[in-house]
Amino acid sequence: MAKTLYDKLWESHVVHQEADGTALIYIDRHLVHEVTSPQAFEGLKLAGRKPWRVGSILAVPDHNVPTTDRSSGVSGIADPISRLQVETLDQNCTDFGVTEFKMNDQRQGIVHVIGPEQGATLPGMTVVCGDSHTSTHGAFGALAHGIGTSEVEHVLATQCLVAKKSKAMQVKVEGQLQKGVTAKDIALAVIGKIGTAGGTGYAIEFAGSAIRGLSMEGRMTLCNMAIEAGARAGMVAVDDITIDYVKGRPFAPKAEQWDAAVAYWRMLHSDEGAKFDAVVELKAGDIQPQVTWGTSPEMVVEVSGRVPDLAQAKDDVQRGDWERAYAYMGLQANMRISEINIDKVFIGSCTNSRIEDLRAAATVAKGRKVAANVKLALVVPGSGLVKAQAEQEGLDKIFKEAGFEWREPGCSMCLAMNADRLEPGERCASTSNRNFEGRQGQGGRTHLVSPEMAAAAAIAGHFVDVRNF
Amino acid sequence: MDKFTKLDGLVAPLDRANVDTDAIIPKQFLKSIKRSGFGPNAFDEWRYLNHGEPGMDNSKRPVNPDFVLNQPRYHGASVLLTRENFGCGSSREHAPWALLDYGFRAIIAPSFADIFFNNCFKNGILPIKLDAAIVDQLFNEVAGQEGYKLTVDLENQVVVTPSGQRIAFEVDAHRKYCLLNGFDDIGLTLRHVDAIKAFEAKYKVAQPWLFN
Repeated sequence: MAKTLYDKLWESHVVHQEADGTALIYIDRHLVHEVTSPQAFEGLKLAGRKPWRVGSILAVPDHNVPTTDRSSGVSGIADPISRLQVETLDQNCTDFGVTEFKMNDQRQGIVHVIGPEQGATLPGMTVVCGDSHTSTHGAFGALAHGIGTSEVEHVLATQCLVAKKSKAMQVKVEGQLQKGVTAKDIALAVIGKIGTAGGTGYAIEFAGSAIRGLSMEGRMTLCNMAIEAGARAGMVAVDDITIDYVKGRPFAPKAEQWDAAVAYWRMLHSDEGAKFDAVVELKAGDIQPQVTWGTSPEMVVEVSGRVPDLAQAKDDVQRGDWERAYAYMGLQANMRISEINIDKVFIGSCTNSRIEDLRAAATVAKGRKVAANVKLALVVPGSGLVKAQAEQEGLDKIFKEAGFEWREPGCSMCLAMNADRLEPGERCASTSNRNFEGRQGQGGRTHLVSPEMAAAAAIAGHFVDVRNF
Repeated sequence: MDKFTKLDGLVAPLDRANVDTDAIIPKQFLKSIKRSGFGPNAFDEWRYLNHGEPGMDNSKRPVNPDFVLNQPRYHGASVLLTRENFGCGSSREHAPWALLDYGFRAIIAPSFADIFFNNCFKNGILPIKLDAAIVDQLFNEVAGQEGYKLTVDLENQVVVTPSGQRIAFEVDAHRKYCLLNGFDDIGLTLRHVDAIKAFEAKYKVAQPWLFN
């Protein structure tokens, strides 16, 4: 019978299955960061247990790390509670023998950037992390999703996860993207179409010629935001682009193991005629640059559009949500998106902080200046290696000459657990993934956009269609 | 984990859709390395009028009188009634920890985000999906009657209203078993140690590159 990619990934990892469909799924790669792991390690210690397979774990501090000067190391983290969390990760990794890229290791970075960068994320794997954006790794034809801290402890102790198979959704994007339209715009357009709960209960496979045409960076951006559509897991079939990206990375298989692995990975695609529980289709050529206007990623419009009118809401619940969003965002119905001025710009996060994202933003920023009304424009590379690569290409100079700040890698202002944040009322063009109330700082107002669109907004001081820029 | 069998609880209504886990417990409180103590900061940005940080004496902070959970009639609530896609966003288990610490043991909504839904069961909280029309009806009944309580009977998979209406709900057999007995998954999974080892041995031969 024809199988979906998800069927293949699921079936190859089932260790045991109960009558009600509850299964034990074997986990190949366990990524760990400092925020969601301390209670899990503590639980393990209290029960006198050890990690089942320590070699499957890769740890990195990313949420709490400063993006400014780090020359004094972890002891230089100003907030004592943040510092303790990073120190706790370091200590747990030492105690259990877990491989960790510490804060001042050049390989340090956002967990969802470094996994693929190191080849620690491979096709065919099950990948988990106590972080909802683990869906990112599905770009490699892997089954990857976020888990809670109890599950982090469970995977540490047993190398397995208790799970039930999701339904399968195919999001098919055919055709050619317009110039200036990116994977981020596809992600936001999909969420605009199906809503933030549209993918709940599903694993999404992104398919179609527009997806096959995306780089690995683009596929990661897309899968990253599957969770914003409600789906725990997003994935893309393996092809030459996947295999070329993985080849030669530090954790990737070598020599004869490489050939065997590639032969297996080549089978990781949905079979012709495989049945999905739901199919959503978009035409790539119709997708415009997207800007969110509200406090949920589904509150999104084209850059040429306007803040929607209450009359367009589907029901009373949505009308209530929109009214609260207008008030929180300081916007009125029917305002043009291009008339919204911004105070800050954030280019970074596990969604958009890879080398291709920085190149795209730098192309827009080159030879231009950040607008006078923009108080702060931050570029935060996804990892120390991305930063080094960007510097080698001279991107840092382009950004700095334009008036952007060039920072050290980490999650930064995506969720403002470190010192990078919005003040109440400040409005930000952000390449991150969530525009929830308070996400980038209490009272802060977030508009999600692509790196190109964020850079263009920084220069113009308001949202602008990067295609005419 | 505490068992969940039957709950007779005061109901608090949170009439919003898409309540995300950033709203349930803001990020600054995620710096804690403990599992407990998050209750006073549940819904922090809605609940208080000033900005909250870890270590503050929450009893001295100005409360937002307009936030529904601050109304005296809802103090002591253990059932949260809310709208669709509750718990969307971040996978932070701090969200169910905060709700549990606040006193909620059951949450009723038309739908939940997957990761949050799963995390609830790991912490002795029962999330219950009911039809949007029933949820609407419950919102109306809660508004109309101070002290409105629901009985949540997990064994029989039924919610009983004060008028005696019995509303059936679905729950996975495995999750129900764990909640009724207060079992956590690790102990249960370790009964399958031999199966895991056997799987691993075979798998190591098929895909040795995963074990480098």
